[in-house]
Amino acid sequence: MEPAPCRVLHVGRETHDTFTLTLEVTPEGRAEFAPGQFSMLYVFGVGELPISISGDPGVPGRLTYTVRVVGRATEALARLRAGDWVGVRGPFGSAWPVEAARGMDVLIVAGGIGIAPLRSVVYHALRNRDAYGRLIILHGARSPKDLLYRADFRHWNRQAETRALTTVDHGDMRWRGRVGVVTTLFRYVRLVPERTIAMLCGPEIMMRYVCAEICGNHRIPPSQIFLTMERNMKCAAGFCGHCQFGPYFICKDGPVFSYEKVKPLLGIHEL
Amino acid sequence: MENLEKILSEHPFFDGIGKTYLDILTGCARNVHFEAGAYLGREGEDATSFFLIRKGKVALEIRTPQRPPLVILTLEDGDILGFSWLVPPHLWRFDMRAVGSVRALALDGRCLRGKCEENHDLGYELLKRFAYVVDNRLQATRLQLLDVYAAARA
Amino acid sequence: MSSRQEGPIGLVDPPSIGRLISALERRGWLVAGPTVRDGAIVYDRLQSIDDLPRGWTEDQEAGRYRLEHSGDNALFGYNLGPQSWKKYLHPPEVRLLEASRENGLLKILNQAEPLPRYAFLGVRPCELEAIQVLDRVLIGDRFSDPIYEGRRKNLFLIAVNCSRTAPTCFCTSMGTGPRARRGYDLAITEILEGGRHEFLIEAGTAQGAAVLEELHPRKAGPDDSGLAEKLTQRAANQIRRRLDTESLRDLMYANWEHPRWDQVASRCLSCGNCTMVCPTCFCTDVEDTSDVRGERAERWRRWDSCYTLSFSHIHGGSVRWSVKSRYRQWLTHKLASWIEQFGGSGCVGCGRCITWCPVGIDLTEEVRAIRETPARASTRRENRNGEP
Repeated sequence: MEPAPCRVLHVGRETHDTFTLTLEVTPEGRAEFAPGQFSMLYVFGVGELPISISGDPGVPGRLTYTVRVVGRATEALARLRAGDWVGVRGPFGSAWPVEAARGMDVLIVAGGIGIAPLRSVVYHALRNRDAYGRLIILHGARSPKDLLYRADFRHWNRQAETRALTTVDHGDMRWRGRVGVVTTLFRYVRLVPERTIAMLCGPEIMMRYVCAEICGNHRIPPSQIFLTMERNMKCAAGFCGHCQFGPYFICKDGPVFSYEKVKPLLGIHEL
Repeated sequence: MENLEKILSEHPFFDGIGKTYLDILTGCARNVHFEAGAYLGREGEDATSFFLIRKGKVALEIRTPQRPPLVILTLEDGDILGFSWLVPPHLWRFDMRAVGSVRALALDGRCLRGKCEENHDLGYELLKRFAYVVDNRLQATRLQLLDVYAAARA
Repeated sequence: MSSRQEGPIGLVDPPSIGRLISALERRGWLVAGPTVRDGAIVYDRLQSIDDLPRGWTEDQEAGRYRLEHSGDNALFGYNLGPQSWKKYLHPPEVRLLEASRENGLLKILNQAEPLPRYAFLGVRPCELEAIQVLDRVLIGDRFSDPIYEGRRKNLFLIAVNCSRTAPTCFCTSMGTGPRARRGYDLAITEILEGGRHEFLIEAGTAQGAAVLEELHPRKAGPDDSGLAEKLTQRAANQIRRRLDTESLRDLMYANWEHPRWDQVASRCLSCGNCTMVCPTCFCTDVEDTSDVRGERAERWRRWDSCYTLSFSHIHGGSVRWSVKSRYRQWLTHKLASWIEQFGGSGCVGCGRCITWCPVGIDLTEEVRAIRETPARASTRRENRNGEP
């Protein structure tokens, strides 16, 4: 499967090490995606990267990605400007259970750049506000300068039945918001176990802590918790073998899994 | 006094503690108010009480030379602040700064320590509840220690 | 044993194998098969019967491979060399993409190269099965690898049943040999008995039958078929290595933390030889390059191995940082998770990973050790031993 060339519409800086890329999808490409899915973005001569789609699934013809600069390929992506071209394959992978979540309270827990694939869920839920119960968004970042989507959070907090809380692991004197890891935010929300569906994205350790919190202290069953797994992905079609996690290929069986499904595997070291 | 009792009885920390103990606790409680920037306690001072924050945000800070204080944790409405009163040598380990205006209940630790020594059932009830708070704080501190969102070390 | 493919059967003499090569070439196939090179049986282009390893056999054991004279004129008197047919179907190195950039515009250049039409001569039954395993991996309901699928579609398969086996063989445990039952165009049994040197050829497909007819074979009687069956049965009886497949998946899944993994990791060099010689290991990596002017770029795919650290690299480090976890990944994938992923085992019992392991690690031995001391029991025993 070959990449479809797509034109860069906009590159916007988010934080000191993240940026958001908006692409115009050409007729050879596919713009439809389900929240949670990812694309393989090809930068000419540099390489291909799996990047979660962070945009609004209700806006046609556009694909939006928020990327953190961590290496050579992401640096090359960061150098793109409006009018440049990138190759796009996909979208690939499983999606957040936005259909199963209908009628439920949606709990979103994100750590760091993990808020990116979940922003698509928030867009979707707010676009179909009546279909969902309360929308609770808990976001943890490393420090105040790492907080993503600040304007979105302000906007979300103005929506009906929506609470978006942020916290940082390391605060400073100028920061007037919360300091504490993302699990400390659970003190400020009330969860109804039978009516809550949880969607988690962030570093694996953070998700394990969050699962312990919401299963243990809040009694949300593992079948109502969904999370994304990260492994090395090269082909996105289950052929290259890199992204295996036990019996699963993260690229085609994931990246979104129910906690019930992956719980036994999360305890195995170096899987 | 009745107002204090109502606040204590409705707080999840004291959920199901019973009328007798609630009376004792109410006897040890008083309303306190701190302006923004004021300190509820400072590192090294006698920890004579603990706080139940009613409104506002408190930052736990550690001072380090050559740089501004580091905020370790913030606590706010409904949170329990302070367990140094319970554990020898009964000294605060952090600075506790009111980020904005803060209203809280302060419970007299010295008074409660005496009551707990006289009545171990009360002591057990309180210790159990504080152990839960301490455990949660410890788990969160461990996660914080991992610095999970940090950029990879080269 | 009536489950084999039914089709025309005939007997031919040794020169007919040369005529078979010519017949296939005439029909447009590139004939690949066994030949002697660099002290081993390798697969390469065959142009005449003289390219076949006449009179050669092998001495194989864990960590050992030597070519030897067989003392007869057998064309297929060896078992398996280091290479498998995946080198043709799933090439070690292949260009995935060529792109150009002119005035900022990215163009993906479609380089539709003509697909090679291969005829494989000398496919051992276990390897025939390995090709079926790769079919399930690379031709899927959702995604198919066009590189594999294109080569596979045009394939002409000539199996050669085994009349002898190597000590490293364990196809009987995996149900894949030593006699081919399905998936071939032609299946050959070399008969070299009592001064007789002939080849019993069975056709499994219409195109196989057409090629066979071209060789003008002598009619084979029930005695001939019986003899061929006896020869492969004798080979089966020679096999000593066993892999007990009873509840193998559950066994592997129950033993992620077995102490045996530490033991094998202390010997394993993490060299990846086993994955290179395995006929079903399919993992690949990609590399992107561009010319100095930044106008043309390519993307290449190469075989990769789960034994490398970079294989499991994600931002911040490698997931499988210990040799133990990498050996465990390979073996558990091959014998257990493969079943969930592709509906069958990833191991066909060819024994190549045993022969070509520089330190002679034998997966059948590793599985036996795990089976004989279940994880929990072995941990308990260690605790007991630790007591004064």
